[in-house]
Amino acid sequence: MRALLARDLRLAVRAGGGFGLGLAFFLIVVVLVPFGVGPETAILARIAPGILWVAALLAALLSLDRIFALDHEDGSLPLLATAPLPLEMLALAKALAHWITTGLPLVVAAPVLGVLLHLPGAAMPWLLVSLALGTPALSLIGTFGAALTVGLRRGGLLLSLIVLPLYVPVLIFGAEAARRGAEGLPAATSLLLLAGIGLGCAALLPFATAAALRVTLR
Amino acid sequence: MSIWSYANPRKFLDTTEPWVPRLMWLSAAVLAVGLVWGFFFTPEAERFGSSVKIIYLHVPSALMAINAWLMMLVASLIWLVRRHHVSALAARAAAPIGMVMTLIALVTGAIWGQPMWGTWWAWDPRLTSFLILFLFYLGYIALWAAIPDPDSAADLTSVLCLVGSVFAILSRYAVNFWNQGLHQGASLSLDAQENVADVFWLPLLVCMAGFVLLFVALVLLRTGTEIRARRITALRARARRAEPVRA
Repeated sequence: MRALLARDLRLAVRAGGGFGLGLAFFLIVVVLVPFGVGPETAILARIAPGILWVAALLAALLSLDRIFALDHEDGSLPLLATAPLPLEMLALAKALAHWITTGLPLVVAAPVLGVLLHLPGAAMPWLLVSLALGTPALSLIGTFGAALTVGLRRGGLLLSLIVLPLYVPVLIFGAEAARRGAEGLPAATSLLLLAGIGLGCAALLPFATAAALRVTLR
Repeated sequence: MSIWSYANPRKFLDTTEPWVPRLMWLSAAVLAVGLVWGFFFTPEAERFGSSVKIIYLHVPSALMAINAWLMMLVASLIWLVRRHHVSALAARAAAPIGMVMTLIALVTGAIWGQPMWGTWWAWDPRLTSFLILFLFYLGYIALWAAIPDPDSAADLTSVLCLVGSVFAILSRYAVNFWNQGLHQGASLSLDAQENVADVFWLPLLVCMAGFVLLFVALVLLRTGTEIRARRITALRARARRAEPVRA
């Protein structure tokens, strides 16, 4: 599993496109928002947590179809499936690799972009913690969606249609935690629920992902 | 003889076919009774005026929107466990019906909300979770349509239906947490102390029965169509194979 993870990370960095793209997309969405809603500091500060969350979600979505598509195209997916590693662990490793290449950079970049949106300083730690807890769930759900649509031509759009409704609970609790943090309200409940969703996804979704992969590889 | 013998497509068609028109007529009759009763022979509720009458479409369609998904969930489980094709096709057949029911519930709710709340739409937990349910239906139907191989399509959509059910329930409680809304609480639960008065409750019950009958009839009809479509594809494939190779 460690070898697989290392391989995926190396591929993501060296093959280009995957690693920086999500981050650039995140940046562009955040930069576009003030053009859309106007530059007033008060408005921007109020909507900043939500905007950052939605932008992070879209950026994570952008790179989902690469999780299995490249392996499927060059034929390494069947090889990986016949390896002694269970398919469930493969799904988990893929999700982890996706999180390290997209989720983690987003978490690191979020405070900088928060400054651009006049996010109050007190909200920063809450935003960071909520993103750090929420993005792994996004990667896990996305891996499941990618496994459902792997092998389909033009699966990208369909993937978004399937995955976005599944993202709703994560987005609600994540943005809620960041918003409450920004307004100085207690945010621990939403954070706990968010962490619960993340752990539940990590425990259960690899099985669904593996089931979908088995069907695709049949 | 067990219920599983109806998993044979031939037997399923032979059994359900005569029932489809009967159920259609029955549901039309029941709906006519319920709607006429509800629209013309019930008093206008205080505070609501005549706008309360839309409840006879709103509540039953909302009920069926959720029940259709439940039926798809059960059918998907049966397909995953016992591999009966009729079951997978029934789940496929129910999805567009459920989607339309969700849409009816949303639209009648908006029409009702305009005079009552002064707005077509509010980000209320119930409204929002129905919108999300609508998106789930969309994704499910799109996945069925996108996969060419019927067995893989049935498998993958079943898995999506299972995972989607969990997330739909999760979203339902998440939006509750997110925003408190305008929509009133359940007015028709069996264990509540205070329910809607009987004058409204009885015609509503008739309308709900009519919607259930309509749903069953439509699902049987559409499942039959799906079975036939599958058969035509199989026959075409066989004909193509039988064709002599031209030199």
